Amino acid sequence: MGHTKHNPIVRALFNDDDVVLDAVKDLRANGFSVSEVYSPFPIHGLDEALGLKRTRLSTAAFFYGLIGLSFASWLTYYTMIADWPQNIGGKPNAYWFINMPSFVPIMFELTVFFAAHLMCWSYFAVNGLYPGAKAQNPDPRTTDDHFLMEVELEGDEAALTAKLQELGALEISKLED
Amino acid sequence: MFEFSSKTKQLAIALTVVGAILWIVGFALNGSSSNEADHGHSSHATEHHADASHDDHADAGHDDHADAGHDDHADASHDDHGHAGNDDYPGEAHAAMIESALEHDAHAAHEAHQIANRPWSALYVAAIFFLGLGLGQLFFLGIQYVAQAGWSAGLLRVMEAQAFAIVIPLIVILIISFLGFGHVHHMFHWMVEGIDVQGHPNYDAIIAEKTGFLSPLFFSIRAIVYTVGWIWAAKMLRKNSLLSDSGDGVAMWKKNRGVAAAFTVFYAVTSSTSAWDFIMSIDTHWFSTLFGWYTFAGMFVSSFAALILITLYLKGKGHMEWINENHMHDLGKFMFAFSVFWTYLWFSQFMLIWYADIPEEVTYYMQRFDQYKVPFFTMLTLNFLLPVLAVLSRPAKRVPGTVVMAAFFVLVGHYMDHYVMIMPGTVGDHYGFGLLELGAILFFTGLFIIVVLSSLAKAPLLHKNHPMITESKYFQQ
Repeated sequence: MGHTKHNPIVRALFNDDDVVLDAVKDLRANGFSVSEVYSPFPIHGLDEALGLKRTRLSTAAFFYGLIGLSFASWLTYYTMIADWPQNIGGKPNAYWFINMPSFVPIMFELTVFFAAHLMCWSYFAVNGLYPGAKAQNPDPRTTDDHFLMEVELEGDEAALTAKLQELGALEISKLED
Repeated sequence: MFEFSSKTKQLAIALTVVGAILWIVGFALNGSSSNEADHGHSSHATEHHADASHDDHADAGHDDHADAGHDDHADASHDDHGHAGNDDYPGEAHAAMIESALEHDAHAAHEAHQIANRPWSALYVAAIFFLGLGLGQLFFLGIQYVAQAGWSAGLLRVMEAQAFAIVIPLIVILIISFLGFGHVHHMFHWMVEGIDVQGHPNYDAIIAEKTGFLSPLFFSIRAIVYTVGWIWAAKMLRKNSLLSDSGDGVAMWKKNRGVAAAFTVFYAVTSSTSAWDFIMSIDTHWFSTLFGWYTFAGMFVSSFAALILITLYLKGKGHMEWINENHMHDLGKFMFAFSVFWTYLWFSQFMLIWYADIPEEVTYYMQRFDQYKVPFFTMLTLNFLLPVLAVLSRPAKRVPGTVVMAAFFVLVGHYMDHYVMIMPGTVGDHYGFGLLELGAILFFTGLFIIVVLSSLAKAPLLHKNHPMITESKYFQQ
């Protein structure tokens, strides 16, 4: 969470997402480094304003989907053609491909199933979310209607505080590392 | 303000004229022996049926033509064919005719009809395709108002201009279908004389049951209602949008919302019924309950491809600086999503019919599978696999290059889709891609460019007083 540097952290609480977004842009343009923003909902454009790298989850999802597709192909092949050939409605079952249209719903569903589930598990793993994990947000109000920004203090504390107040912060506190 | 340069205009007019000439030349050559060479039918052995003396089939009956592997008809004379074939596709519109006592003559007439239908079908396919390019955006324009969408406010003028592209294709469709009543062509088998008269040589019991809906009078009323209703919506949405530039943007927006709501309801019904009338009635014996949505999905996705190309063309000319990669991303998403939606409907229609395997339904696909294998599978690839692979990822949708490439192939694919919908029922295996088809496409392309660009040039490209224009400018994702 950006705490690796030994700079102290200044926390500022806001109550509007647009104000936070503008504040992040302003601070970063003026050379401050914003290390984290806690928000009850995703803010459009915040990831770009913070200069975050794009997630690779979507690329992973594509391959998860491929895994699902392959699994479904194998499953339908094994259960319907190879292990115990099924004759349903006189559909051709000599080999997998000629009966493929009737397997498309299964292939579609398992593609979606694998992509969705593995994406969730990946997301949990990357973010360290597991049952019993400790909440990381410093202020419970950020799960309701407030937004909290963490700025690294590199220089003059008074200047940063003044700047944050100018940008619309409601509460400002300093966290000694 | 965008200016329709005289150079572009000349190019568009040239396309129209060249297209018309090609089509007329193709029409004149249609059915003659030179036609075959001109059209380069390398694999589809078509016109030779017409030139060959039909006496040859006296004893062969008509079975030889039904033989699925028509590729090998190319040089062989009719006598060489065995009776390999299944009967002519039983569900095909002309089956009753073939089964009549005058078996051979009827078949010869059937062949001649199919060849004579080709120029009209070629024009018809292109007209339906270009109708879709306008109609899809007319509906999308309505959706923007009904859904109170803000992101697209900067694009509305392009949609308005594109919506006018429905006028000329609609007129051509009306003319072609009315020519059918005059028996100038036989694209619509239900229009044949005596089809519902018991004892008449053309009598067809199945179609006779359908004449309540498919009667010349009711058909004409419906076709005119579609034409008037759709053009009315396009005109009203445009009129109020132009008025908003000089007046009260909010009031005009509200007015347009009312028009759009009425149109959306009207279109919900007419999109289906027009698809039955204009396309599904060609294969008169066959029916599919989701055909309307399937046709709509194809029209909708191809209209997005056209919208993307027009918008990027305008941007390339230095206009529409308020449209950025975020808007293009959304358009790309729409094109992608509706490609998948089209595939979903196509597959839903196909799989149920394939699985049930009922003779009167499955003949529709058998004919496409046997005679139209190449266009059938090519269009599936272009309309599903290509968009999925090309514009699935986020960066791909934000780069003009990949989106333009995908849009172009989607347009080609949906032209082929309409081709595969219409041609099998009208020309059978006498199909090809030659002067007629190319001419019809060029003709409509030229007219499309003229209509869209000249209406774009008539008004500023940005709504001045649209209530959500600021939201559109700052749209981000």
